[in-house]
Amino acid sequence: MVLSANDKSNVKSIFSKISSHAEEYGAETLERMFTTYPQTKTYFPHFDLHHGSAQVKAHGKKVAAALIEAANHIDDIAGALSKLSDLHAQKLRVDPVNFKLLGQCFMVVVAIHHPSALTPEIHASLDKFLCAVGNVLTSKYR
Amino acid sequence: MVHWSAEEKQLIASVWSKVNVEECGAEALARLLIVYPWTQRFFASFGNLSSPTAIIGNPKVRAHGKKVLTSFGEAVKNLENLKATYAKLSELHCEKLHVDPENFRLLGNILIIVLAAHFNKDFTPTCQATWQKLVGVVAHALAYKYH
Repeated sequence: MVLSANDKSNVKSIFSKISSHAEEYGAETLERMFTTYPQTKTYFPHFDLHHGSAQVKAHGKKVAAALIEAANHIDDIAGALSKLSDLHAQKLRVDPVNFKLLGQCFMVVVAIHHPSALTPEIHASLDKFLCAVGNVLTSKYR
Repeated sequence: MVHWSAEEKQLIASVWSKVNVEECGAEALARLLIVYPWTQRFFASFGNLSSPTAIIGNPKVRAHGKKVLTSFGEAVKNLENLKATYAKLSELHCEKLHVDPENFRLLGNILIIVLAAHFNKDFTPTCQATWQKLVGVVAHALAYKYH
């Protein structure tokens, strides 16, 4: 699965709209993921996962920043996320299935806050982008 | 058998009462075909699916989307009995249509996105969780008779 020139342009376009809300959307994505897919909470036994948790806010900010970094370096996502990829492979070892769950929740957040911007074409490109990010983050697992 | 709390039943009914089945169904199916183009394999007889614009404007896509979501309405009415409700449709999808059940999961996720875009902040995390559970059990019921 390769991101076409069109995909890259679509991703940059949607991210230009969401970047200023990155922290908020990151936290909301995580909250939705923990509520919808409770098994994802197993990776955060050390967190307070209640609504409004400062830890979830801080972590959401990190997740959003990584997605923005990937979007800003969309021609070389593997390069941009190389350190994160190492971290996930060596330390975090989040099962690959969970990246799809996070991606679904991120897509929901974008749909909620920017429904008219999430045209079918942008939806398709963003979905591909999120898959690509997941692939990069799990690429060194074995 | 799946257990539904009173809150879940209320969230399902309240969202469903506001859904325009024709519009929502058409949009969900069109997005499925656009976002996951390999799903077009089941719709060779639908004519022009060559671009997102063609798919969105395709009358067969709209009609079929409406049909699919209307059938989803049966799930909403029969939450306690989904396997029985979908037994015949499950057999049909297996024996005649030869649809990989993974496609039910893909469509379910797309439906969630369409609902989110429509309901905005009213589509709370709990609401999303309830509806993800619903689309998951519908997908399971549709796959149940596969052999």
